[in-house]
Amino acid sequence: MAQHPTGHSHDAHGDSHESHGSLKSYVIGFVLSLVLTIIPLVAVLNDIVEGTAARVVLLVTAVLQFVVQLFFFMHLREEKKPRWNLMALILGLVIVLTIVIGSIWIMTYNAVA
Amino acid sequence: MDKIKDFASDFFVTGDPLIYGADVAIVLVTVAIVAVLTYFKKWGWLWREWLTTVDHKKIGIMYILAALLMLFRGGVDALLMRTQLIMPNMDFLKPEHYNEIFTTHGVIMILFMAMPLMFGLFNIAVPLQIGARDVAFPVLNSLSFWLFFMGAMLFNLSFVIGGSPNGGWLAYPPLTEKMFSPGVGQDFYIWGIQISGIGSLMTGINFIVTILKMRAPGMTLMKMPMFTWSVLASSLTIILAFPILTVTLALLFIDRFLGAHFFTLDGGGNPMMYINLIWMWGHPEVYIVILPAFGIFSEVVATFSKKKLFGYTSMVFALMSISVVSFFTWAHHFFTMGSGANVNAFFAISTMIIAIPTGVKVFNWILTMYKGKISFKTPMLWTMGFIPCFVVGGMTGVLLSVAPADFQFHNSYFLIAHFHQVLIGGVAFGYFAGLYYWWPKMFGFSLNEKLGKWAFWLWNIGFYVCFMPQYVLGLMGMTRRYSTYGWDTGWFGLNLVSTIGAFLMGAGFLFQVWQILHSIKFMEKDTTGDPWDGRTLEWSIPSPAPMYNFATDPQVREVDDWWEEKQRLASGGAPRPKPALEPIHMPKNSGMPFIKATFWFIAGFGFVFDWMWMAIPGLIGVAACMLAHSFNYDTDYYIPVDEIERTEAAARRGV
Amino acid sequence: MANQGNHAVAGAHGHDHGHGGHHDLEALRQMGFWLFLITDCILFGTLFATYIVLHNNTAGGPTASELFEMPGVIAETFILLTSSFTSGLAVLCMNRGSRKGLIGWLIVTAILGASFIGLEVSEFIKMVDEGAKISTSAFLSGFFTLVGTHGLHVSVGLCWMVALMIQLGKRGITSVTKRKVNVISLYWHFLDVVWIFVFTIVYMMGVM
Repeated sequence: MAQHPTGHSHDAHGDSHESHGSLKSYVIGFVLSLVLTIIPLVAVLNDIVEGTAARVVLLVTAVLQFVVQLFFFMHLREEKKPRWNLMALILGLVIVLTIVIGSIWIMTYNAVA
Repeated sequence: MDKIKDFASDFFVTGDPLIYGADVAIVLVTVAIVAVLTYFKKWGWLWREWLTTVDHKKIGIMYILAALLMLFRGGVDALLMRTQLIMPNMDFLKPEHYNEIFTTHGVIMILFMAMPLMFGLFNIAVPLQIGARDVAFPVLNSLSFWLFFMGAMLFNLSFVIGGSPNGGWLAYPPLTEKMFSPGVGQDFYIWGIQISGIGSLMTGINFIVTILKMRAPGMTLMKMPMFTWSVLASSLTIILAFPILTVTLALLFIDRFLGAHFFTLDGGGNPMMYINLIWMWGHPEVYIVILPAFGIFSEVVATFSKKKLFGYTSMVFALMSISVVSFFTWAHHFFTMGSGANVNAFFAISTMIIAIPTGVKVFNWILTMYKGKISFKTPMLWTMGFIPCFVVGGMTGVLLSVAPADFQFHNSYFLIAHFHQVLIGGVAFGYFAGLYYWWPKMFGFSLNEKLGKWAFWLWNIGFYVCFMPQYVLGLMGMTRRYSTYGWDTGWFGLNLVSTIGAFLMGAGFLFQVWQILHSIKFMEKDTTGDPWDGRTLEWSIPSPAPMYNFATDPQVREVDDWWEEKQRLASGGAPRPKPALEPIHMPKNSGMPFIKATFWFIAGFGFVFDWMWMAIPGLIGVAACMLAHSFNYDTDYYIPVDEIERTEAAARRGV
Repeated sequence: MANQGNHAVAGAHGHDHGHGGHHDLEALRQMGFWLFLITDCILFGTLFATYIVLHNNTAGGPTASELFEMPGVIAETFILLTSSFTSGLAVLCMNRGSRKGLIGWLIVTAILGASFIGLEVSEFIKMVDEGAKISTSAFLSGFFTLVGTHGLHVSVGLCWMVALMIQLGKRGITSVTKRKVNVISLYWHFLDVVWIFVFTIVYMMGVM
């Protein structure tokens, strides 16, 4: 952990919140998001993929789009160390997945019609 | 006229002498408070010094006062229940009344006693331990308190207005759906908890940012005091768990209010989903309250053994791993629901795994005491009382985690005894230790040790007398929430013993009240700022701490920096040069939190009674407060150097 | 760990630093907001879990594939995605110091957000008219609550954005308003991300 013994060096103070995004990164992000929205629309609504394969396509494109937005819109990559925001996000996502998958698993045998 | 009469007999709870007594008491106390404040012209003082304060130390004191009040109410509930169960076929409480009392006892003890007592100690100790001048978001901190307070008041109001909730502390549907609980008690439950829950969530965020970002120069994470670590672990668990509670209660409310079918028996609803969701919050919740207690014990055991805490690093890993693993054990609360063998096996094993880091901690505390110079002051007594109690409570927990065996123990008094043993023996003993430990820092005087020892022994002995018989009762087949039992059950003797134990704990509480009053009267002033010969930064400043806490930034070099500094000075080291004073930047007081929380109260009350004419203006008020706060840019000021000098000189004169 | 200094109002180091003193206070607030977003993630996660568990329980009422009309939903999706992009452009203008551009792009974002809400409300009204109400079945309870909570978030964001535009008009781009713009654009991106999953899990998986 980089420690600033005096603790008062001003340059150390978090400009972590400055958004460093450029027009280019926003445009790339936007285009990628559009593509990742159109792919599942075309593939699933036209029945190019079906059943489990369709679900996989849907979820993969959704997750990819999430990642795109994190990187190109929310500038998660530019966070300074220590990366508290990233750590908090990962932990939060682990819990979200636990809630969703755990509920599905536990409720499998408890379903009501 | 008849309409008004009908309304009044529905609106006010009637028909029970206990309640009329409470009505009279509430009116008298309110009149007395108003009269005293008016007579002594203290309204302005109350508003300026307390209602609008953003000082973490004062907010901490308010939390603790409110929590002790709630401890009294929850405790009276417990004694009423134990009186009802003292012998078979008792007619002291009617079954409906008994249902209400076990519900309010549970809710109040966990959510309106343990939580605020914990937040009070967070507020008192954390900024001082890390050498900060306040928490990261002081106004938000005040808002958290007032939301808790208004939520608690809303919940408690159900005792005299509308009727108490009676569906158990976690309000399982379908019993708590409109069809089976048409009264307003359940809505009081939902809104009381919801409003205070928002406050808890924000406290979690506040303390994470405070701890990660506002530590004194030189205090790396691995040089933080252990209590601060435990607060970080607990706050992390809060922000990950409380949103689940918010959603779960909101869904139950939508069921009741809009006729939705999340947890109903008809329309495709599934009550078991509620049980699944509520325990996803409920299990982490018990770790939320126990982790800070672990932190307190770590501070106390090191201070009163005059030794460094044994196994600092392993303690940190134990705390953090418990906070994360606690999210993977929730289904052990409903092994009998029938989720299949795989689910039960997984959650049984994850539950057993939690025992490992907990065991690590127990060994660390014991090894800290080993060869230490132990002084048996009250905080240390509570710590030493805690260790055996928590070990037994923890091990009965491991017994319960064995899924097939749990089919026998489930919801029996064995379970009741288990969780009271970890919650009283762990959480309550821990917070008492913390309260005694930091009391001089909070108020500038110490508590009487002799009365404190009486209180400790009454609590400690009373605990075992009360709950050990309950393990046996559970194995004999006594199920929780029975309002009465017959002579043929053979449960009389043990229940009698248990009730005697409960009253011993009640006597312990009275001794604590006496102890506080006695100590206020005979005021043993703490003039040193360091009455226990402490180890961490909070003991390096006067008691009570000046409003800005630290006149200059403390520089931290190692774990237990204050202790090491004292050792260095004692062995002839030169004192560190004092940096020059600078004006201190402080947040201004704000009336917004109190007003906004009041609007929440109004909205909540409106929703409870389906009075939209009241709920909607309440919500508009909340939104208006948010906007007003957003447009307010005049939020801080500076304390000039000469005022700091005067304050410091006055504090040193006391020394 | 860069220590942020030891101050009640974190980061203010005394008079001489003047405005810069607010700098890391704003960083703290931004971190606090990020943590709030994490809690919001969990809130939505819980709603998703409930929806997924209950989505087959239609209790004789309409099913997802009978009910959802994709053209409207697809329009909502592209509108919200575009507004996420324009809120980013607002931040870019702010970093360049252009108040006009900043407020302009915020207005565009707000208009897109409002049309998203308009579409969603008309979709809901139509469903209720067809007899698909929140009280019809567990599936619809879950649907209205999940999608409605997202819509509520967007609406709150809209009010907030208007309040912020007024503040920007009055005070210009300062460290405080800058943080507020950064925070609201983060919030807006977050709502877009949540919508992606609503779109995928509720609508696309509902009609396929």
